[in-house]
Amino acid sequence: MFNPIDLAFQKAKKENRPALLTYTVAGDSSKNQSLIILNAISKYADILELGVPHNTPVADGSQIQTSAYRAIKNGIKMEDIFWIVKKYTKNRNSKPIILMGYYNMIFQYGERKFLEKCKKVGVSGLIVVDLPWPENKSFTKKCKKKSIYLIQLLSPTTSKERLNKIIKDSHAMNYFISMLSTTGGKLKVSPRKIMSNYLKIKKINPKKNVVIGFGITEKSIKSLKKADGLVVGSAICKEISVSIQKSQNPVTNVANLVKKLKNKIL
Amino acid sequence: MKLKKGIQVIDQGNRLGFWGGKFGGNFVPETLKKPIEDLEILFNKLKKDKRFIAERDRYFKNWVGTPTRFIKLENLTKHIGGAQIWSKVVSDANGGAHKIYNATVHCLLAKRSGKKIICGDTGAGYAGKMLSMAAKKFGLKCKIFMGAKDIERQQPNVKAIKKNGAEVIPVYSGSQTLVDAVSECMRFWVANCDTTAMCVGSTVGPAVFVRICGWSTSQISRELKVQLIDEFGSIPKKLKLYNCVGGGSSSFGFWNEFMDYDKKQCEFIGVEAGGPAKSKRHAAPLTYGSKIGILHGAAQYVNQNSEGQIEETESISAGLDYPGISPLHCFLKDTKRARYTAASDEEALNAYKLVTKYEKLRPSLEPCHAFFIAIKEAKKMNKNTIVVVNSCGDAYKDKKILVKRLGKKYV
Repeated sequence: MFNPIDLAFQKAKKENRPALLTYTVAGDSSKNQSLIILNAISKYADILELGVPHNTPVADGSQIQTSAYRAIKNGIKMEDIFWIVKKYTKNRNSKPIILMGYYNMIFQYGERKFLEKCKKVGVSGLIVVDLPWPENKSFTKKCKKKSIYLIQLLSPTTSKERLNKIIKDSHAMNYFISMLSTTGGKLKVSPRKIMSNYLKIKKINPKKNVVIGFGITEKSIKSLKKADGLVVGSAICKEISVSIQKSQNPVTNVANLVKKLKNKIL
Repeated sequence: MKLKKGIQVIDQGNRLGFWGGKFGGNFVPETLKKPIEDLEILFNKLKKDKRFIAERDRYFKNWVGTPTRFIKLENLTKHIGGAQIWSKVVSDANGGAHKIYNATVHCLLAKRSGKKIICGDTGAGYAGKMLSMAAKKFGLKCKIFMGAKDIERQQPNVKAIKKNGAEVIPVYSGSQTLVDAVSECMRFWVANCDTTAMCVGSTVGPAVFVRICGWSTSQISRELKVQLIDEFGSIPKKLKLYNCVGGGSSSFGFWNEFMDYDKKQCEFIGVEAGGPAKSKRHAAPLTYGSKIGILHGAAQYVNQNSEGQIEETESISAGLDYPGISPLHCFLKDTKRARYTAASDEEALNAYKLVTKYEKLRPSLEPCHAFFIAIKEAKKMNKNTIVVVNSCGDAYKDKKILVKRLGKKYV
């Protein structure tokens, strides 16, 4: 199956650097503003993760929770999220979009209807935090039929046997959680240890792209640049929160942050 | 969907942990897959291990205090003039509520797995209080997650938790009640599952937690069965077991041993929290037909909006103030083994007034929901019907609310 996510990785590889993935919450702090933010960071990021806010997130730290609550409070709905993606992907310079969220949102929308809509508006990949393997087997197949990647999460607690099985059933991109933490935790493991875990995963199937996420900030991103891709989420969400607090423009601040992140891995 | 006979309900889930093919499961982040699997292996082994069961029973007997009383509420029965009203006084248990059973078992499991810290959630504060007691008993460090709103309204239990040396972590997100406390506790476990064991305070959460809790609270019905036979010579021909249902741990435990009896003989009535009389919010997903959704790792009937956001609940009883319900109860509802209804805040308060007026029993606001429905229905039954209400908590913790709503003379 063809997927623009592959092209994004190819491009980064050609430039001898990891792909930069950003995470922002759809509707943070409003429907329009989150679209403007996506447009503003497109220039620097390779793949954009867009969070579907949920009010009982069991894997998100305080930064992403704050963003999600803000978005929900401002009335963001599933249809608005699809609207954001549709508007964004119409841009000529748009980057692949991955929707990331919790399964109940998809379950309530209806798996089939959700995937059809994703296809229609131009979503390239999905991360469903609380739908692990093997529970996600049938959903993975449904995604494949729509040429949408279901990105599997791999954790330091995932056993070798499980890694093999998950990677076998996975599409061309997987997501390695750097450490035992919710999103945005302090990096409590050395980058060297993270890279050594990463390489073990990479070895199982070198053809599949593996990105690293959780706890990556401006400070730590450089030390992980050997990976296929790196995800920064909480640091960006925090930037939005801080900008709002200081009555500054979140769009320029976030764009500047992503630009800095990009420069660190060139 | 069918309930099987001769197999414990906790063991009737399928390979992926779904009861009736659709309730429960393990909707958890990848990081928790391994610790959950480890816990499953340990629990499946130990629940068949005679030595472990003997150890559990020893602690239940000498420390929790078994059996809790089974008493006839003579005055109330006379006043109502219908069925015989009895109560299983589970609040006799050490700490004052049924939560002690699950807490004890989780600490025993944590010890076996070599974990030094245990974390848990709490709503009414009982689960937290009991976990802190058990943790102290077994020499484990303990962290209790509790919504800021619940900390405010259940101070006696908060004080008890702290006195037991546990740390109380206030949760300010969302509605600041049980639902957010459980989320925060799960998040803490995600980040610390290598050193820390988690105790989910009710028959909710990923499948293994539902099973462990149900297995633990079943002590209640094991005792009751013996007590009924002692009292009546056999299980009564018409037995009705009333229990409040929040997450569903006390009710499941109160019913489990009677599961295989025909429901015409042993009927189960679960009473959910209907919330304030005029409010649209409630904590009664089974009574009011909430849709199936995913909350805290399990598929269940849950209060949510059309988008899938979990809705805030409202109930006078912190222990029932939860938007979801145990997958076990979803299963019992859909197989029609149990019947569910709701009582409002005001009705629970009325039941409190009535019970305390006639009896030397002070049920907390949670079981008062069950008392209300039991009393209402008992009026229409004859004296050969045995109504038993699980008085699963003591009103000491509700002092503040009772004074505010009923005045000082009721406290």
